[in-house]
Amino acid sequence: MSADTLATARPAVELEGITKRFPGVVANHDIRITVAPGTVHAIVGENGAGKSTLMKILYGMQKPDEGTIRVSGTEVAFRTPSDAIAVGIGMVHQHFMLADNLTVLENIVLGAEPKKGGRLDRAAARARIERLAETHGLRVDPGRLVEDLGVGDRQRVEILKVLYRGARILILDEPTAVLVPQEVEELFQNLRELKAEGLTVIFISHKLDEVLGIADAITVIRRGTTVASLPRSEVTSARQLAELMVGSELPTPETRESTVTDRVAFQVGHLTMEAGGHHPAPKGVPVEEYVAKLRADGKRLLLDDVSFAIHEGEILGIAGVEGNGQSELIEAIMGIRPAHGSITLGELDVSSWPTLRRRESGIGYIPEDRHRQGLLLEASLWENRVLGHQTRKPARKGIWVDRRAARADTERIVRDYDVRTPGVDTLALALSGGNQQKLIVGREMSGEPKFLIAAHPTRGVDVGAQAAIWDHLREARAAGLAVLLISADLDELIGLSDTIRVIYRGRLVAALDPSDITPERLGGYMTGAIAGTEET
Amino acid sequence: MPAGLNRALLTVAGAVIAIVLAIAISSVAIIAAGASPLDAFAAFFDFGESARAQSNGVAAFINRAVPLFIAGLAVAVGFRMNLFNIGVEGQYRLAAIVAAYVGSTFTAPAPIQIAVIIVVAALTGGLYALIPAVMKVTRGVNEVIATIMLNYIAISLTSYLVRGPFAGQRAAGQLTTTTPELPESAMFPNLNVVFDWFGALPPTRGGGLQGFLLVAIVLGVVVWIVLERTRFGFDIKASGLNGPAALASGVNPKKMVIAAMVMSGGIAGLIGLPEILGDKGAFNSNFTAGLGFLGIAVALLGRNKPVGIAIAALLFAFLDRAQGSLQFAGVPSSVVTIIQAVIVLLVVVANEVTNRLALRLEERRAAQQLGRDNPVEVTA
Repeated sequence: MSADTLATARPAVELEGITKRFPGVVANHDIRITVAPGTVHAIVGENGAGKSTLMKILYGMQKPDEGTIRVSGTEVAFRTPSDAIAVGIGMVHQHFMLADNLTVLENIVLGAEPKKGGRLDRAAARARIERLAETHGLRVDPGRLVEDLGVGDRQRVEILKVLYRGARILILDEPTAVLVPQEVEELFQNLRELKAEGLTVIFISHKLDEVLGIADAITVIRRGTTVASLPRSEVTSARQLAELMVGSELPTPETRESTVTDRVAFQVGHLTMEAGGHHPAPKGVPVEEYVAKLRADGKRLLLDDVSFAIHEGEILGIAGVEGNGQSELIEAIMGIRPAHGSITLGELDVSSWPTLRRRESGIGYIPEDRHRQGLLLEASLWENRVLGHQTRKPARKGIWVDRRAARADTERIVRDYDVRTPGVDTLALALSGGNQQKLIVGREMSGEPKFLIAAHPTRGVDVGAQAAIWDHLREARAAGLAVLLISADLDELIGLSDTIRVIYRGRLVAALDPSDITPERLGGYMTGAIAGTEET
Repeated sequence: MPAGLNRALLTVAGAVIAIVLAIAISSVAIIAAGASPLDAFAAFFDFGESARAQSNGVAAFINRAVPLFIAGLAVAVGFRMNLFNIGVEGQYRLAAIVAAYVGSTFTAPAPIQIAVIIVVAALTGGLYALIPAVMKVTRGVNEVIATIMLNYIAISLTSYLVRGPFAGQRAAGQLTTTTPELPESAMFPNLNVVFDWFGALPPTRGGGLQGFLLVAIVLGVVVWIVLERTRFGFDIKASGLNGPAALASGVNPKKMVIAAMVMSGGIAGLIGLPEILGDKGAFNSNFTAGLGFLGIAVALLGRNKPVGIAIAALLFAFLDRAQGSLQFAGVPSSVVTIIQAVIVLLVVVANEVTNRLALRLEERRAAQQLGRDNPVEVTA
């Protein structure tokens, strides 16, 4: 395709007024994107901004409630991904969907096998794959087993898989998340060749440097809607994008009296976690030295020298794009995953304690994924009240579970936290997400915790439950609780926190005051656009 | 209706439908085998002509149910936390021979003698189950594979022990090898007195109605209490329902694997004792095999709950007992195996279906109840 036809060609993809609602939330609202053919079009936005819903709509996995999709000028309505594939749209998922024990060739043809006499025609498949690989510069050996391949090769297999099915428009969902820098460069080289062949690439990411490096046009999504669509030439810096991503109007924290005391309730010091499994520091070597050696050896660290202190009556908010070490930080504090460094609750060094003992001594935990870590869905509410409190009153009586007391206390939580349920014998799965979350908040607040981890405490709950949970957190703070709040919701972070720290690639890169925070700085730190030396 | 009762009724309904279907399917098998299903089903309820034969039939039925019940309990303790102890078979056989041998080496007053034998059996079973537990915890070896392999070792080991180190005197003309005879004080008194209460003749075969029944009942109650009422039981339940949540709430998964496995093995150790202490008085090469595998079916059928396991064990024993009468009625006795297998398959399916149905009903009920009490609030 030559340059002059490119200018007049119909857009490869046109989205107009796409709106998608889920019960209680609007995931996408009036999305408008026009993707020119033969370009790399980046879609950037924070986690939860609505990128993945949009991609699911474009790939036929979900139906929009409103709006139209046009592919090369023709209006389409997808019911399943096969409809999308039929018009030449292919998706490369963030998590590879490959069968490890099959060869590259078998993986590529899987589900679209060329047959000869009822058997797989390997020669034809191989010829076609080699031709595709040749024209697009995607070098892979079709005969190798996928389990022997590195991450970069696997990604090329995924791309070939999509091309093999005749895709002319490729959606890449956070393709660089799993790659090391050299592999990213190779991927970009591949994408440029695809572009040169006239293919269109939709590239989803929140890594701004990479977006600037590859994209011809950029669309920014915030809170479910498109806020800007710019050609690359009009974007001057990553900071400009970061500001667009986070938004120029940040909520102002309500004026309120600070309840922060000067008594430290909880602190961690030099918390460091290795990526390839925990190895205790060798005998006689101080932990700092060992960690310094790890860093010098270029080992990837999931948590890198994280230190902070939380006072009684203080809420410390951790901002950051997901996957930058938040889960690891929580797991280290809860004792679920080992890490180097110190963890101190009040005066006690708890870093060598098992999870149970940490909980007993006053650490509460509202998990980020309530179905995975917070609830026994097929058990009653009162049994869920006992969970995590098996060894404490009122759930415990000697070796017994005190059913009567546990039931009575669950009734208290149901009353005080307004959990809408027919009764305490109802199974947890029968409750709505908001009510499940209120039960968890009530449970974790019982037993007078000294320190509470609240990870995305209002994720996926309705507006009413959200306000109630925020109120409970504020009350507990006023009563002297120290809270570590980890959230992707900036309203929540700014509205609740006394101090905000930003985590980026396992490091705390900034300490910000919620009352005079600027979107430019917050976004800059979160996305790494402002380099990560800690300022205080 | 309380939620629990609702669920229980659904479960029972599912089981009944499964059994009726199983009878229908088995009838086809019986007809295919050239016999009459009606004769076959009559045979199940034919406990014999004479009063003595009937007493013997009833005793055989209950005597068969006791080890099946214990085996079911052993398997269920592991199943409760998604731990598949397939090694009950090996654990009980090894425990039986060790207990029989140790019991024969000394003589003490009956309560002490019997208590020591029971403890030795439970310890042997528990220790043997500790091996796969440690392998799983330290090296991540799948317990299914480990216990199956250990079964082979245990079975061969018992055959060796009964012939070699633990062998006793073989009476002239006997073809079986056996461990030394247990002293009189080791024999568990029978419960034939029960038959007197009903004015029936006491059974004579198989040691009468074996007194170990009482131990099994006590064991069932204890297991129920441990699983349903204690903190340990709660931890087992939590680990089984949601491993990550149990971990986050402070349950140590490694400890739980070891504890549950050893408890399962300890119970398994008792499976062989009714036969030894109530009838044979020794472990011989004809010792009943296969109870551990049947225990898996019994536990599945009983949904891992002691009461359910008791019913399942009785059902299996009821079918097993009929093998003799079936042959008299001209029906191949392997029909029993077909019926048992079909019941297990159907009940597993029915359990899954009723479970889902119960959960869905629960959700709907909660939604309805809330809808009535608090009209849905309009949120932005």
